[in-house]
Amino acid sequence: KTIMGMAAEAQYHVLAVDDSLLDRKLIERLLKTSSYHVTAVDSGSKALEFLGLLEDEHNDALAPSDVDVNLIITDYCMPGMTGYDLLRKIKESKSLKDIPVVIMSSENIPSRINRCLEEGAEEFFLKPVQLSDVNKLKPHLLKGREKESEPSINKRKGMEECHSHDKTRTKYDGLEVV
Amino acid sequence: MERNQMRRQLALIRQSFFDQGFLDEQFIQLEELQDDANPNFVEEVVTLYYRDSSRLILNIDQALERNPLDFNKLDNYMHQFKGSSTSIGAKKVKAECTQFREYCKAGNSEGRCMRTFQQLKKEYAILKRKLEAYFQQARQAGPLETACRSRN
Repeated sequence: KTIMGMAAEAQYHVLAVDDSLLDRKLIERLLKTSSYHVTAVDSGSKALEFLGLLEDEHNDALAPSDVDVNLIITDYCMPGMTGYDLLRKIKESKSLKDIPVVIMSSENIPSRINRCLEEGAEEFFLKPVQLSDVNKLKPHLLKGREKESEPSINKRKGMEECHSHDKTRTKYDGLEVV
Repeated sequence: MERNQMRRQLALIRQSFFDQGFLDEQFIQLEELQDDANPNFVEEVVTLYYRDSSRLILNIDQALERNPLDFNKLDNYMHQFKGSSTSIGAKKVKAECTQFREYCKAGNSEGRCMRTFQQLKKEYAILKRKLEAYFQQARQAGPLETACRSRN
């Protein structure tokens, strides 16, 4: 579990999408305070561009390993492409659909919230977003990590010294018999 | 000695913002995001707010001169204004925004919209004055311990 913990310490990359400069500054600070690496963009189309998915393209020319975003957090109300539209495009994309998406909105409209959750959003945050909200992101990020390549827990490091409770255990040529 | 006096005064001024309803809990949230690495975060955010909203006020003023009023457009501007006011905890300004939007939705109260907007601008200006003075005094008093925590 400690090794998993160490792997998780490598920074998560969050893509934040909001047309308001003020709110971008806020969400960026909130995320950085929680030790996330942040990229902030001001529109859904810029987000898709960053993710390597062009608006008109339906086939994914991008390999999953090229996209290094662990979570997308987006405002709902944006001119042009709404957060909901962005969510849909991400979920429709083979290469991006496993990236957790969180929606933010200043308006508490249950039908809106339900629609987003049904479309696959992990969480729906009411603005103004607070630290307590950002703290809810961790499990979604960890879940995403697990879907990536296997962690190195199972790799054997034969020559390395392992601490043994039993100091009298017989060692053969420096290799500890497990 | 004088510094402590200034800090105490500053703390009282700050508290009055909350007691008199100018600011709400969100402002405290901003303060909690300020630390040694980001010592001016609150002031930066507030400055951004005033920059953003002065542009919006201009747009709304212009939109209010149209005849007939485009309530959709006005509501859109006000949605943005309310959003940013909420983000910094500007309680009274936010309340005026809400009122304005209600009149927009009603769609037939031009006079009320105008009057509400005048009131909004008043509240906005009052808060701006207060916050500018507050930050200036804060700078003179030196770093505050109030809501700032030492964080990485």
